[in-house]
Amino acid sequence: MAVAIVAANMTEFGQRESWLLELLTEAGEGCLQEMAADRTAVEHCYVSNMASGEFEGQTGVANALAAELGLVPAYTARVDQTSASGGAGIYTAWQSVASGASELTLLVGGEKMTHVSTAESTDIIASLTHDVEYKHGVTLPSFAGLTARAYLERYDAPRESLAEVAVKNHANGSLNPRAQFQKTVDRETVLESPVVADPLRLYDFCPITDGSAALLFCPAEDAAEYTDEYVTVEGIAGATDSHAVHQRTEPTVMNGVVESGAHAMEQADTGPAEIDVAELHDMFTILEFLQMEGLGLAPQGRAWEQVMEGRTRRDGELPVNTSGGLKSKGHPLGATGVAQAVELYEQLTGVAGDRQVDAETGLACNVGGFGNCVTTTVLEGGR
Amino acid sequence: MSETLLAHRCPNGHLHYPGHRVCPDCGVSPTGTVDLSNREGTVRTWTTNTATPPGVREPNTLAIVAFEVDGQTVQVVGQTTTDDVETGQRVRPVYVERLRDPEAGIRHRESQDWDGYRFEPVESG
Repeated sequence: MAVAIVAANMTEFGQRESWLLELLTEAGEGCLQEMAADRTAVEHCYVSNMASGEFEGQTGVANALAAELGLVPAYTARVDQTSASGGAGIYTAWQSVASGASELTLLVGGEKMTHVSTAESTDIIASLTHDVEYKHGVTLPSFAGLTARAYLERYDAPRESLAEVAVKNHANGSLNPRAQFQKTVDRETVLESPVVADPLRLYDFCPITDGSAALLFCPAEDAAEYTDEYVTVEGIAGATDSHAVHQRTEPTVMNGVVESGAHAMEQADTGPAEIDVAELHDMFTILEFLQMEGLGLAPQGRAWEQVMEGRTRRDGELPVNTSGGLKSKGHPLGATGVAQAVELYEQLTGVAGDRQVDAETGLACNVGGFGNCVTTTVLEGGR
Repeated sequence: MSETLLAHRCPNGHLHYPGHRVCPDCGVSPTGTVDLSNREGTVRTWTTNTATPPGVREPNTLAIVAFEVDGQTVQVVGQTTTDDVETGQRVRPVYVERLRDPEAGIRHRESQDWDGYRFEPVESG
């Protein structure tokens, strides 16, 4: 059964006073307010979240949210796939409708992170690593440093090309009123910022963020009952890669991206050349290159050239991360994959305001771990 | 706690570190091990991390090191003994009883071991 997304909402991303359940409630309520139906019609409610127990000692968030939003007795479940929890939530919500199990499904992703120190937050996220990685103090930023060096050396790419990803995404984020950073940066600022994981510097990394985002799913044939403007889920697929990152033969290829992207585009009966706008998981600048190449949006080892040439800017041939990406908009783990789809929903329904580009088909790639688990989604404007 | 760095070998000759229940390349259960602790490897890539989690040294220089064993390559990630590292450099494993403070991180101290090998550059020539 074809599935549509008929409402999308997100909170402001950044340092928020609210705790997780309040953030989820804000985005979930915003989404419900946008649809022209009674909320009792919601049959399934999923929460995408990585680590509410570790960050704030709160468990059972999906049930708690349903009670708060007046959705009881709707079926609930939390979806955790680390940084890709949002994409995995889209997959779960899509399945619930496509299978006929639910005729109206609310998906809310969220994370509350900024109340703990950067070191503690890094450790919570690093707990997803293999034992042999964790005991050496390997973190997600250190994987990015290891991979960025391998990429720059292997493809003879200039360090400036990574900086250009940050410059581009900050420029986009400066036009997004919900982004954590709404300011532009120049290349020099990126290149002179403090080293975090050599060769990567502070501005190559996304910030630590609080926030939430929500989507509402129903059968495509019912979409017009809820809204005039909607998008359809044309393709969605997830895939995994090795747990220990160093076991991959080629460090500059993320096989989870390759697999999930190929399957999602095949399901959508489309290909890289048909994608008009993409939201990629730029937790680190280097990841934008790896995903462009893994998805076939750029030849292997050549994404850096396309970024340098401006092809992925908002006014380029293939705008990437019009939202500002994780880099500028922020990365509340469980919210991120959902927020990628919120941006595509706005682009494809023509309500993206200053960030609006001309697009009929959009792709989102949500990456968990360091490519350990990936979900790729292809959306099309419904009308 | 053991002073070996064991790669696991399946009947088809594939080598992996760490070992898994079945070989990631062919799905067959590993039947043997190769101790890498007395061998030299080559730095494939490296990074110096200056924002480390609780209980981890700062800065923390890490490398992915490739070992060639009987025509097969097996890669290991680990700390280095120095921040002065280069891609392509030859290194050897050096045993360390405690790589990070087991009390400081989020992992339960009994859930895994904390000893292992750092990589030390081998003087060329």
